Amino acid sequence: MSSIHNPYLPEIGTVIKIIDETPNIKSFQVVLNNPEKMKNFTFEPGQVGQLSLFGVGESTFVINSPPTRMDYLQFSVMKAGEVTSALHELAEGDQIGVRAPLGNWFPYAQMKGKQILFIGGGIGLAPLRTLILFMLDQRADYGDITIIYGARTPNDLCYKDELKEWEERSDVNMILTVDNEFPGWDKRVGLVPNVLKEVAPSPENTVAITCGPPIMIKFTLQALSELKFKDDQIITTLEKRMKCGIGICGRCNIGTMYVCKDGPVFSLTQLNELPAEL
Amino acid sequence: MADTGFLPKENLPALLEALSKKFAVFAPVLDGEVVLFKRFAPGATLCLTRPANLPPKGIIFPQSETLFNFNFKKDPEDPKKTSLELKENLDFVPTIIFGSRPCDAQGFRIYDRVYLETDTADPYYKGRREKTTIITLACNAPSPGCFCTSVGRGPAESDGSDLMMTELGKGYFFEPMTEKGKEIFKDSLFEDGSAYKEQAQKAHERVSALVKKPFAILEGTPEKLLSLFENSQFWEGETAKCISCGACTYLCPTCYCFNITDEQVGNSGERIRSWDACMFFHFTLEASSHNPRQNKHQRLKNRVGHKFSYYPKKYQGVIACCGCGRCIRYCPMSVDISEIVAHAQGA
Ligand code: SF4
Ligand code: SF4
Ligand code: FES
Repeated sequence: MSSIHNPYLPEIGTVIKIIDETPNIKSFQVVLNNPEKMKNFTFEPGQVGQLSLFGVGESTFVINSPPTRMDYLQFSVMKAGEVTSALHELAEGDQIGVRAPLGNWFPYAQMKGKQILFIGGGIGLAPLRTLILFMLDQRADYGDITIIYGARTPNDLCYKDELKEWEERSDVNMILTVDNEFPGWDKRVGLVPNVLKEVAPSPENTVAITCGPPIMIKFTLQALSELKFKDDQIITTLEKRMKCGIGICGRCNIGTMYVCKDGPVFSLTQLNELPAEL
Repeated sequence: MADTGFLPKENLPALLEALSKKFAVFAPVLDGEVVLFKRFAPGATLCLTRPANLPPKGIIFPQSETLFNFNFKKDPEDPKKTSLELKENLDFVPTIIFGSRPCDAQGFRIYDRVYLETDTADPYYKGRREKTTIITLACNAPSPGCFCTSVGRGPAESDGSDLMMTELGKGYFFEPMTEKGKEIFKDSLFEDGSAYKEQAQKAHERVSALVKKPFAILEGTPEKLLSLFENSQFWEGETAKCISCGACTYLCPTCYCFNITDEQVGNSGERIRSWDACMFFHFTLEASSHNPRQNKHQRLKNRVGHKFSYYPKKYQGVIACCGCGRCIRYCPMSVDISEIVAHAQGA
């Protein structure tokens, strides 16, 4: 191989574990085959990677294991298109290409000492998971942590084991909800933005980080503004169709911003400055 | 050695033949009714009287190229196991683009900011770009649709070129702009050019004055276009004729977008990148079937916006349009980007 860094050339990794999260979401734990590269791999919470299946193509996913736990890199994949369907066919031990880390990250340094409010829907918990685990691993640096998470049905909730752990922790305020009544479900029922309004967290010294389907984001942003959160207290992540992941191929722009490189993490203040093209 | 040169027209084939010994030389030749950059071979009919139909961008940024090969190998010890091997090819040959036009060479400068002047430089572009010398012919008349002077450039602009040439009567006046250009210029076929310098200068000024100016100044245009972003009525009007064929972007010396796809036969295959364009519906189509640029007016708005608003805002006011006029000359529906910009300025 040449010595010039080739940003298009993936590292080969091995899928060491596959977890069925929901009927259409699987998590893949990946270790780079080159032990030196795995040992030296660094990234920041919120950064993404391109997973490659050679012969099929690449697709972008957030690294949802935190940089504080580097035994493997975890990616969660919802079955939707060609690449994600092929990823769902993988077995433990299979080889996969990884181009990572790409993009920007959550401004966690500015969140130290603040109350943190996570609001997630469905697979939108993936990027939040990275930051939640990262913060829990350095718990003393942050104030109260509240997590509001919802999905269509209880079966559609991701990371079920961790949700249970977080519910049991006294230093996390965990609020789970599903869209409709469901046999055996004894927690909240209602859409995430409505539950957010019921819980009504104070904006005082708080940062809200939200990720989920576009419609949930839309109403969550409205709810946050009703709760008097200011735009620069709200952080979200964007998704766009991507190819190169390094700001060159031109595919993922919103005005002057390339989501792959300047994002995926944006504050609402930044988003409001961009042309409305989501 | 003189710092400018002169080459009688009859010596041009000899120069190209001499250069062909050391470089892969690409020059504009007539192919049926169109002028295309092709590998120069002795006896080829050069066509230097009008700009090539396709700019030479494909010589540095091929329409389709292999990023790497992949190969699945069965483990002879354990046939259930396969290993995976990736192989990239970053070897490029010394190349000359001969007879580029100033706008065509400018196109590579637009690329450079995106492909080279970043922390993740593109090794394929970089490899070819560094090994390529660009010899540019100043235009001696504008073609229909040309508007280079309106976008801060001109028919004798030398930025992006290594060696400039100007047609003067019986021969060509040459002026090297870079070290690479000086290398070429060392060839013994060149005569001293100092006597022609003033004449060349006059020719440049004469042609420059002939180029049409659809808009006088561009100041404020990036902001103006942004302020029109949500005015769909304006964009729908401007786009009414467009059929989203993408020809304008393929013919554009500055359009640099690409797609990445895999092709596999048996146990091996390649990852390929190919030109792509924001004029296509699929460009931004997401797996969820959501498409932020569902309608053709949103796509044309991105093309105009990228060239005249987003790129200049990102790169110190440089407009990502070199004014070559190809999209205007060859659009099957006669959509004219210079008119759209002028309308936007007046809207
Ligand atoms: S502007 Fe013209 S060349 Fe470009 S996509 Fe539309 S019809 Fe095709
Ligand atoms: S975004 Fe559109 S106008 Fe800009 S370089 Fe890509 S294809 Fe050309
Ligand atoms: S994915 Fe290529 S520019 Fe963002």
